[in-house]
Amino acid sequence: MKLTVLTAVTGLVLLLIIFELVRRRQLREKYAVLWGAVGIVVLPLGFFPRLLDTVSHLVGVVSGVSLVLFLGVVFLLLVCVHLSWEVSRLEEETRTLAEDLALLRTEVRNLPPADPAQVLAHEKSQVADDQR
Amino acid sequence: MINGKRVLIVIPAWNEEASVGHTVGEVRGELPDVDVLVVDDGSGDRTCEVAREAGAIIARLPYNLGVGGAMRLGYRYGYEHGYDVVIQVDADGQHDPRYVPKLVDALDEADFVIGARFAGEGDYRVRGPRRWAMTVLSAVLSRMAGTRLSDTTSGFRAANRRTVELFARWYPVEYLGDTIEVLVRLLRSRYVVRQVPVTMRPRRAGIPSHSPIKSTLYLARALVILVLSMVRR
Repeated sequence: MKLTVLTAVTGLVLLLIIFELVRRRQLREKYAVLWGAVGIVVLPLGFFPRLLDTVSHLVGVVSGVSLVLFLGVVFLLLVCVHLSWEVSRLEEETRTLAEDLALLRTEVRNLPPADPAQVLAHEKSQVADDQR
Repeated sequence: MINGKRVLIVIPAWNEEASVGHTVGEVRGELPDVDVLVVDDGSGDRTCEVAREAGAIIARLPYNLGVGGAMRLGYRYGYEHGYDVVIQVDADGQHDPRYVPKLVDALDEADFVIGARFAGEGDYRVRGPRRWAMTVLSAVLSRMAGTRLSDTTSGFRAANRRTVELFARWYPVEYLGDTIEVLVRLLRSRYVVRQVPVTMRPRRAGIPSHSPIKSTLYLARALVILVLSMVRR
């Protein structure tokens, strides 16, 4: 019975953390959906750890808890792979941004010096736009 | 202009304040009609200022990307400004700019030309795992190219407009990707790759690493990159 309390509380806390993160817009929707789904699967198992016993017998695992552990490890591995993939993509994106920035800085530096009269005219039109 | 072609020399430089000024000066002295772009790869020293004083165009990356990142920036600059030929030259002064016209001429019959150290001219020796790596790379890539490529990791290389266009879009940023994977990709896409023998000089600054652990690691990474680039789409 003690075990059930432990797992149930863990499941609840997990779900609450996810909910709070989503509520504060700290998690992108795609991750929110993923972790929300995980929470919803984990919660009933927290209250009834023996829920999976029948399923586990079918696939040859003695205890439902072992099955949950096994699936949990597989799931975490998949999540890690996914995050590596995301990081690779982000690095590629920041690399492109860094290159763009360097190119732009070079272009700006090589621009012909601006004509002061034109700059003044431009600024005046900006002010006029702002006032409108 | 060299033989009617607009040529851009790209020098990737990371903390090379000791040598980049001399290298830029030498290239501009030897080849007054080409433009020189120094890509400052997030240096913490005065590389950028030194290169600018020497008369190069400067592109400064906000943080260190490695040679691959610096070079794609160089190729993008070359592509956007309509250069016919982009040539990579190391900042450490190993590459003699007098060979540049030879590389440009060789582009008449090729899309990509490597200035190679072991191809008869000059003397350059390496030993141990680093040498094995170079032997394997050279054997595999020569076979793919249908011609001898003896120095596949040379940083002295020339690309024609067609290749520049490809590199402006795609150029690997990983270590050794910029040398090995680039060649594999070119050869798999049926670009013509040739080599031109060049003499390399001792670098003006910086020391080559001779640690056995490092060169073994180099061998392993070279093989991983080689195999990956063969199977990658």
